[in-house]
Amino acid sequence: MSTQVHSAEHAHDEHPTGIKRWLFTTNHKEIGSLYLIFSLVMFLIGGAMAMIIRAELFQPGLQLVDPHFFNQMTTVHGLIMVFGAVMPAFTGLANWMIPMMIGAPDMALPRMNNWSFWILPFAFAILLASLFMEGGGPAFGWTFYAPLSTTYSNDNTALFVFAVHIMGISSIMGAINVIVTIVNLRAPGMTWMKLPLFVWTWLITAFLLIAVMPVLAGAVTMVLTDKYFGTSFFDAAGGGDPVMFQHIFWFFGHPEVYIMILPAFGIISTIVPTFSRKKLFGYSSMVYATSSIAFLSFIVWAHHMFTTGMPLAGELFFMYATMLISVPTGVKVFNWVATMWRGSISFEIPMMFSIAFIVLFTLGGFSGLMLAITPADFQYHDTYFVVAHFHYVLVTGAVFSIMAAVYYWLPKWTGHMYCITTAKWHFWMSMISVNILFFPMHFVGLAGMPRRIPDYALQFADFNAIISIGGFAFGLSQLIFVWCVYKCAKGGESVPDKVWDGAEGLEWEVPSPAPLHTFSTPPEVK
Amino acid sequence: MQSQSYYVPAQSPWPIVGAIAMFFIAVGAGLTVMQLETADLSGVVILSLGVLILLYMLFGWFRHVIQESDKGLYSLQMDRSFKQGMSWFIFSEVMFFFAFFGALFYARVFSVPWLGGASNNQMTNEVLWPSFESAWPLLNTPAGEVTQAMPWYGLPLINTVILLTSSVTLHVAHKAIEKNNRMQLTAFLSVTVLLGFVFLGLQVEEYIHAYEALNLTLQSGIYGNTFYLLTGFHGMHVTIGALLLGIVLIRVVKGHFTEQKHFAFQAAAWYWHFVDVVWVCLFVFVYVM
Ligand code: HEM
Ligand SMILES: [Cu+2]
Repeated sequence: MSTQVHSAEHAHDEHPTGIKRWLFTTNHKEIGSLYLIFSLVMFLIGGAMAMIIRAELFQPGLQLVDPHFFNQMTTVHGLIMVFGAVMPAFTGLANWMIPMMIGAPDMALPRMNNWSFWILPFAFAILLASLFMEGGGPAFGWTFYAPLSTTYSNDNTALFVFAVHIMGISSIMGAINVIVTIVNLRAPGMTWMKLPLFVWTWLITAFLLIAVMPVLAGAVTMVLTDKYFGTSFFDAAGGGDPVMFQHIFWFFGHPEVYIMILPAFGIISTIVPTFSRKKLFGYSSMVYATSSIAFLSFIVWAHHMFTTGMPLAGELFFMYATMLISVPTGVKVFNWVATMWRGSISFEIPMMFSIAFIVLFTLGGFSGLMLAITPADFQYHDTYFVVAHFHYVLVTGAVFSIMAAVYYWLPKWTGHMYCITTAKWHFWMSMISVNILFFPMHFVGLAGMPRRIPDYALQFADFNAIISIGGFAFGLSQLIFVWCVYKCAKGGESVPDKVWDGAEGLEWEVPSPAPLHTFSTPPEVK
Repeated sequence: MQSQSYYVPAQSPWPIVGAIAMFFIAVGAGLTVMQLETADLSGVVILSLGVLILLYMLFGWFRHVIQESDKGLYSLQMDRSFKQGMSWFIFSEVMFFFAFFGALFYARVFSVPWLGGASNNQMTNEVLWPSFESAWPLLNTPAGEVTQAMPWYGLPLINTVILLTSSVTLHVAHKAIEKNNRMQLTAFLSVTVLLGFVFLGLQVEEYIHAYEALNLTLQSGIYGNTFYLLTGFHGMHVTIGALLLGIVLIRVVKGHFTEQKHFAFQAAAWYWHFVDVVWVCLFVFVYVM
């Protein structure tokens, strides 16, 4: 196709060591690792907050923390898990894998890559610091509805606003990098319909990010001016409307939940074929399904607002549009199952997480469908049923897919196989405890237990005790994961280039551990 | 597609400097806002420090990149990456304004009429503010704030003409750089930057007029809110655009850029045209309609 000149950028073969290596790095693998480690730390901090929440809810009555602190915990737990754990984990995976998968030398804009990572720890430092300030941290829920975040919030809200601004800037820069890398740096022969699905799903995710993170920035900005500068965007006394906040927030918020699940779809679509030893069933339908989910995700936002008194036409439109999303989602689930159908399946750890994903994410999709039925949502809204729904899609969905991805690619990153027994313990402990944790939430939710409360009526006591026990068990199980990954990074049995015999893709053609610079000239893709 | 060897830029200390700058700016801006009604200036100090570090970073980073570009290190592929990156950045800015235009739209079409009892909201009106009447521009808020509307003729119209003219002069400058006509390039680029700053000056004058003569302030309800946030963020973008073009102008005078390679010029120009388009939307939806 073309001549390949040997470039060899010797200029930066002298690689700084120590802290400078990590501060100045422009290498996609190092930045990917930074994102992943950061995400793990955030996952543990956010998890600790969940433990506080569950400890308080273990029994009815107020015992451990005061309600204001409880509200801060639910709020910051949500913010950290969404913006600090799940999103950076996917960005880390994108950094590590996309250049390797498409035959690129690195991300397209490596310095901006460094910048987008390093502003994140600062953003979360600000957010966490506000917890220790007089008045406390944000306590209005991760959705920061007005007037909770305007009229009734504490004085530190400005810090929350600017922390969110930084998180947004970081995501936007990261997403720009992903898109430009995929569009511009594909190896010759890597045509669009040959792209690995993880790359496809991330391309579409990146588009969603660039489209909606600025809207989130707009929402927090209006909260800021309403609170501190006397504007009344969300105040009816000045002609505004608190419901307008919800429209703007959810215009961001619903695509945001797909931002957290599309890369997961990509991961599952990579892992399932490997361990079924078959090609992915319906590759192109996967691509089209992903695109239509992305498109539809822009026109369903008000399913979070059925109880705000929207005009009837709005209620109906958003109900049907929401239900429409389950069609492409169903296509995906069908394709994964069809891929496994008559495959010679083996149950390695990544596959176990993937199968758990398919079953449990689908369960979350079903509760989503129930919530999408407007009249039914009048009962479910703001109860633990919603909490059950989004934890099934986010924990057994997004988080399980991240774990599957780590167990799938960790040997490629480190050059070592992890301890399978430890990993199995992690899987089974998580798998069992996560269901003890989240499944009963459906029941208490249907019975009417409201979300975001530190105390509850007596009839919910038994289920809540069970939920809390599941919660502690799930929390503890994640320490096994930390241990397993740590050990694997330190050493272990060496692995071949192609770690899994059924695996396909360029990433398996480079050595394990992957060298710092993978491709200095574009590989030829057949 | 022509494939070539890859260029991977070397490590750089500038991004981390930029991250520290962002940290100071965020903390500083947060504290400044929280200290508005106090005499405490620590927030302002931290904020200014952050801005200084950011300027230092931009200066250093740009200089570094310019040197690399002069050495001919950048491949065509890099150039494409820069251009695509810039386009997506502008798209994100479009979405930022979209949020505020969305708020304007929502207020005009839904919240204000509803407060006035439209659709099925008679009781909203009866119970909350029975004497409130829906109108746009909203000059009498439900809570009783009274203000006057900013007319579209006069300063806003002049400003529109100025910005549109600046887009044309910039386009001429762009043509000039492609023909390597340095005289024309310098002249038209200077005029563009000048027009940008004139626009900003007039905008400040308009704000003063609004505050003093019309009693149109940030506190005067949703009309004033959307007016100030949209024009304000637009003004901020004009400032950034004018500064970018100013830097490009200095580089032009120093003899940088060639007919083929002038990414910085192009990026600044795209940004400027984008800012102009936003203004046209703004003029139509905030002032005229
Ligand atoms: C079949 C697809 C889905 C449908 C039909 C659906 C539907 C819904 C509905 C109607 C609600 C609002 C419930 C209420 O507040 O009353 C909701 C909430 C939520 N959904 Fe889904 N959903 C789906 C998939 C997902 C996915 C894939 C994710 C994330 C990965 C997700 C994350 C969330 C979250 C985080 C909330 C709660 C937000 C909050 O109020 O804090 N959903 N969903
Ligand atoms: Cu949604």
